[in-house]
Amino acid sequence: MANKKVMKKEMVGKEQEEIEKELSNEYIALTYADYEAGLKAGKLLGLKCASCGGITCHPMPVCQWCSGRHLEKVELSGEGELRTFTIIRVASEGFEDDVPYIPCLVEIKEGPCIIGRLDIDVESATQGIIGKTVTLDGISTYNGDKFVSGEHVCPVFKIVGQE
Amino acid sequence: MRDVAIIGVGHTKFGRASKTSLELFSEASLQAMDDAGVIGQDIEALFQGAALPGFEEGQVMPAAFSAAELNLGHIPATRYEGACASASIAIRDAVMWVSSGEYDIVLAGGVEKALTMGTAFATRTFAMSCHAPTEGPAGLTFPGVFAMAARRYSKEYDIPLDTLREKMAQVSVKNHKHGALNPRAQFYKKMGDLKVEDVVNARMIADPLTLMDCCPFSDGAAALVLCPAEDAGKYMDDPVYVLGTGQSSGSSLSKMGDLTKPVSRIQSAKVAFKHAGLEPRDIDILELHDCFTIAELIALECMGFFGWGEAADATAQGETDIGGKLPTNMSGGLIGKGHPIGATGASQVYWIVKQMRGEAAKGNQIDPVPEYGMTDTLGGDFGTLCHIILGRTKR
Repeated sequence: MANKKVMKKEMVGKEQEEIEKELSNEYIALTYADYEAGLKAGKLLGLKCASCGGITCHPMPVCQWCSGRHLEKVELSGEGELRTFTIIRVASEGFEDDVPYIPCLVEIKEGPCIIGRLDIDVESATQGIIGKTVTLDGISTYNGDKFVSGEHVCPVFKIVGQE
Repeated sequence: MRDVAIIGVGHTKFGRASKTSLELFSEASLQAMDDAGVIGQDIEALFQGAALPGFEEGQVMPAAFSAAELNLGHIPATRYEGACASASIAIRDAVMWVSSGEYDIVLAGGVEKALTMGTAFATRTFAMSCHAPTEGPAGLTFPGVFAMAARRYSKEYDIPLDTLREKMAQVSVKNHKHGALNPRAQFYKKMGDLKVEDVVNARMIADPLTLMDCCPFSDGAAALVLCPAEDAGKYMDDPVYVLGTGQSSGSSLSKMGDLTKPVSRIQSAKVAFKHAGLEPRDIDILELHDCFTIAELIALECMGFFGWGEAADATAQGETDIGGKLPTNMSGGLIGKGHPIGATGASQVYWIVKQMRGEAAKGNQIDPVPEYGMTDTLGGDFGTLCHIILGRTKR
């Protein structure tokens, strides 16, 4: 222990400007609010990773495939494959007026899967539609409740070739 | 690290309770303490699962008040929240702390009063453990998530949906049969002779899942007393040993990949098996998280008991019933026994311990008593997974 170095550091504190500078670093390349704003404008936004080239959507602070930190905002096609869906007959409080409605999982062409709603007649929503090509066709708006402040949206898809 | 044993277990009646959560948890805890032959002053820490107490009774921080209600002294008391897996992760951490040598005798368990909330509000608050930004605005519900998984299962394994629905119904028939025999179950003496057609023709909740594919909302509590394995003999002749645990986390539904092969469940089970030095074929009895009929099939496959896509047929052939290869949910499971979400993991452990002591209800007790048992608990839409492997002998 004789050679242990004792670091002498004066405890003078850190300059406020330096702390403010730390706070100005941006860690989020595409915020969820901006992603929702994109949906409202009819665009599906995502992030392209400089490391692996993969697309992240919905946005995350790091690449969903390789955890890469260098992400660039991109607009996605909004087209993909219907992976699965359900028809909700008993809703959560706040969604009763929407019943029956059809949440769905779509694998978009660029790679990631996203949750949305499917715009289709309940009678046509059979197992056979799984695997069909779907495309972004608007949004569904949720006005929130006492636990969720503000208005939030999710993408709505329609089956390509069906009106 | 020391091995850990369970020396006392307690379990309230599941169903609708007029008692408060504090009373329910106290009741289960006092049963467990009496079973172990310990008193409040012996307990050094409390680990409590509770998922939604803020919504049920306007109560947060229930663990501290639970310790106070039992006059445990000013011991550390911590609430664990992992949605429906809350009690299992509380038990797992309790095991870790006893194992570390920090505490010798601890109380672990969970409590919930979900039935009291009513269906619409309970469905809303349960759906809070879905990914709020993406699944919230879509109006996804828990039955909805598993309905989507069921449709994927049908597609993935090329089983026509109507055929799959009948096979899934067998899970409900089996679990109700055993729930009806269990006096602590919500559906004791009810629906013991359910038929496949009763399940498929019941009210549709989230297509293709009907009401009878779903577990109920429930009130109830369960608790355990844990101590170091080397001390267990001082308290009882037939302690049950914790041989391995695993815990894992999932993601939003959209980023989890294949809904029929949730990585979080596969990984958690693998860790527990590795920790225990056992394999799926060693397990004699299983309590798994049958929140929906399809969930039981997916769980059986993820844990390695059946090949991918094979659990539906295995269930229909009775392989998971009493007398089969792997009796599963002989307590009635979540479907027949009830699912007070914060208590469920502790209830699962309770029933494995009871099986190992030969004290499960007649018709549910397997013979001979199991040497090795396992629990599987799922929180959210595959967001929190926990597995616990138990044995009658030390490692």
